[in-house]
Amino acid sequence: MVEGQIPIEEYKTGNTKHKWDFNKLNFAHRIVAEYDYKKGEINKGYANRTLYINLESREIKEKKVTEDMKKKFTGGRGFGLKLLWDGIKPSTRWDSNENELIITTGPLCGATQYPGSGKSICLTVSPLKDIICDSNVGGFFGPYLKFAGFDAVEIQGKAKHDVIIIIDGEKGKITVETAPLEETDSHLLNEQLTHMYASEDNDKSRQKISVVTAGKGAKNSYWGCLNFSFYDIRRKVSRMKQAGRGGLGTVFRDKKIKAIVAKVESFTGISNNPANPNKIASVGTKLHREIRDLDRYQCNMRAVGTSHLVEVMDEYDLLPCENYRFGSFPKASKIYSPKFYERFTKIIPDGCWHGCTMACSKTVDGFKVKTGPYKDQKVTVDGPEYETIACGSNMGLWNPDWILEFNFYCDTYGLDTISTGTSIAFYMEMYEYGILNKKRCDNLELCFGNFDAVMEFIHRLAKDNKSEFITVAGKGIRCVKDWLKKNSWGDPLLIDDCGMESKGLEYSEYVTKESLAMQGGYGLTLKGPQHDEAWLIFMDMVNNAIPTFKEKAEALHYYPMWRTWFGLNGLCKLPWNDIEPANNAETEEPTKVPEHVQNYVEYQNAMTGWNITKDDLIMQSERCYNWQRAMNVWMGRGRRKDDWIPYRSMGPVTEVEYLSRKDRYNKLIVEKLGIKEDEVEKMDTINKIKLLYDYRQDQYQKLADAVYFRRGWTPNGIPTPQKMKKLGFTDKKILDMLQKAIDEDDIKGLNVWGGKYKKGEKPPSIDPKYWEKWKTL
Amino acid sequence: MEKLKTVKILKFYPEKCDGSKECEKACSQIHFKTDEGGDKSAIKIIKDGDSYKMHVCDQRGLCLDMCPVGALKRRKNGVIFLDKETCIGCQACVGFCPIGAMRKSKTRIEPFKCISCGACVRACPNGALEDIDVKIDDIKEVVYHKQGA
Repeated sequence: MVEGQIPIEEYKTGNTKHKWDFNKLNFAHRIVAEYDYKKGEINKGYANRTLYINLESREIKEKKVTEDMKKKFTGGRGFGLKLLWDGIKPSTRWDSNENELIITTGPLCGATQYPGSGKSICLTVSPLKDIICDSNVGGFFGPYLKFAGFDAVEIQGKAKHDVIIIIDGEKGKITVETAPLEETDSHLLNEQLTHMYASEDNDKSRQKISVVTAGKGAKNSYWGCLNFSFYDIRRKVSRMKQAGRGGLGTVFRDKKIKAIVAKVESFTGISNNPANPNKIASVGTKLHREIRDLDRYQCNMRAVGTSHLVEVMDEYDLLPCENYRFGSFPKASKIYSPKFYERFTKIIPDGCWHGCTMACSKTVDGFKVKTGPYKDQKVTVDGPEYETIACGSNMGLWNPDWILEFNFYCDTYGLDTISTGTSIAFYMEMYEYGILNKKRCDNLELCFGNFDAVMEFIHRLAKDNKSEFITVAGKGIRCVKDWLKKNSWGDPLLIDDCGMESKGLEYSEYVTKESLAMQGGYGLTLKGPQHDEAWLIFMDMVNNAIPTFKEKAEALHYYPMWRTWFGLNGLCKLPWNDIEPANNAETEEPTKVPEHVQNYVEYQNAMTGWNITKDDLIMQSERCYNWQRAMNVWMGRGRRKDDWIPYRSMGPVTEVEYLSRKDRYNKLIVEKLGIKEDEVEKMDTINKIKLLYDYRQDQYQKLADAVYFRRGWTPNGIPTPQKMKKLGFTDKKILDMLQKAIDEDDIKGLNVWGGKYKKGEKPPSIDPKYWEKWKTL
Repeated sequence: MEKLKTVKILKFYPEKCDGSKECEKACSQIHFKTDEGGDKSAIKIIKDGDSYKMHVCDQRGLCLDMCPVGALKRRKNGVIFLDKETCIGCQACVGFCPIGAMRKSKTRIEPFKCISCGACVRACPNGALEDIDVKIDDIKEVVYHKQGA
């Protein structure tokens, strides 16, 4: 591609062009519900109201955002939790009528000056987990929802027929209308609706539309993701980012929503009406300059996005290969970032929201599809990001074009690449052991590296008529584990240990075997094994900076709280530590990136007019974090047993894994278990695996003890009412519920520490009911 | 559209400058209808020992590929122009300009820059500024870098 300074009109993607009869599509629409609202100004980052839509009763109304709500829940995910608490029941499941799908913004969402300020946070009761799942996503929808007048949209009930919801900020009107003729798959539906609802037939108008869609796969599996569009005026493509985790798209399609469209009349850099716009501009410009000067020497995000991580993870034995059995692979260099750089379109401001100069949203344009219904068409593939590429290594797909194909179809079918890839990798391992075979897999040879079988599996998922295998497999690893065990097809322990899920959610793409803190970062979480809460591998494993349980627990307090904060505000986490100031290494706590933390303090103050400190930021998160855990308890989860993780994430399950890293594990047995070297040499591998197994399981329980203690939770993982009061919560309903749960645990004898403490070792506190001594406020 | 060949940029003769900054005043008049100069001027005259330096956009256009909404364009006369109606104030161009010539004043969120209008040239009582034509191909630059560069 020609480099640079091409007039916007002259960009070419080489994609296949579509022609649709929009009049015909439009003519088939029937209005189901309508609501006119008064457009209002956003004040210091808040629209100060949320939108409620009930698809069953056809009620549409506004809800006021109170000062108390801002104080306790800040915004974004916090608002989502509050709305869910008011809207659902503890017995609500993903397909219950009263389940809600919520899309929230946050007070900083929609600012253009600070990179990474366009995130939406989506919440619902997840089909994979039966508890709340939250997932953050880029694209223009969040900012446009706010500029149209709402801090969040809350959708309850199910429609009878496929509908689209239009939030028209130009007219001040909400419409729910049937949409029988539109496409379902995202890349086409996005394009259709963007053209259909743009006020004028030009790029400028199209850029003022954002569409949320799912796809056929979302309907037919539990891995449904939501695609959030953002129109790219250069490529002239309605591109998309994904709210991937937890099956949001499945709930979306279960409610018979085909799409949500947000539209704005216009907006400027100060549509949020910040208290101090110049301050935001100066902090933002400082970061732009840092990215300009340093990105190419640090993460190189502007050139290759997050794909740079592939080579780093491979080097440190952290890249999941063949269902996390190995952390590196001889063929891995075939999918290193330079291979994708060759394919990416260059020169373009690839932010998923305006002003994000990290620009990590890369695309491959004019990609010729090889399989399925869009075979031989040329499309824009958004991504692949690191996680998607690592799904490739996990499934043994060592070809960048195969990964692009996988990426394209997952997106357009509305499938989360992570859950899909991690699950298929597990099925492949089961296939290798004969626990699954061609007959049991609907005639698919699902062995590692079989690209054709992977694609065929995905295409079948997108069809309504499915075999037993495809139906079960599409419900995720936990379902398949139960299915395999029910049929007595394999050793139940092997099946449980190999299937990489916790809380029902599939793991994201990092090998955590050698980092206990990161095992906690995946397991001791609210929604499940997703690295958005903590990423501690380097700190723990490479730099050994947090050797004790207490230090690990402190990290598993601070980082999850810190990372939660981005989701309360409508921000992306990447500009925090994927770019660092030149002198960051010389600061006292480089891993926290202190200068950037200070940026965020100034940013939030400049937006809201508050006067908060960096400790207050953590407090904002701690409130929401504990509230979400309390809601998990309310829904029957949120205990130690729910923080279980599969052994594959702790250590070698099979002999081949042990032998592939034999020296490392032998040394560990000598050092940690005090067995002499020559004795270790003589032991057979199965015994050594067993020794390591017991040791590491116990380490994890001890870590949980330390973390629960640090977080002010009971030894069974329940946030104590005392802790909730410390955080400022006085809601009697939630406090009583927690006390009741703790009392029930007491009767069952569960309020005891989980680790086996030998002589000289101490649990976090002698009294496991330590919180009872706290002075009540 | 025929390919543009040349663009006017400013040439500075420090030996003729007396530091009275008439150019800055004329410039802020163009952009903000005020003769305050300083932060409201796209051209800056900076004292440099006994002499002066000029700091202004050289129309290399590196910012063009930065703008997410297409508010920056090279006009027919070759000048890089920021359409403030389209601009959404993200400051990407301000942050990425290698010489800091894209300016931001406190009065509005949208940045501004030199448009080679010649007001400063006319305003200078000593003839220290001159409009000269340069070939666009000789000056143009792109922001995208080769991987690992």
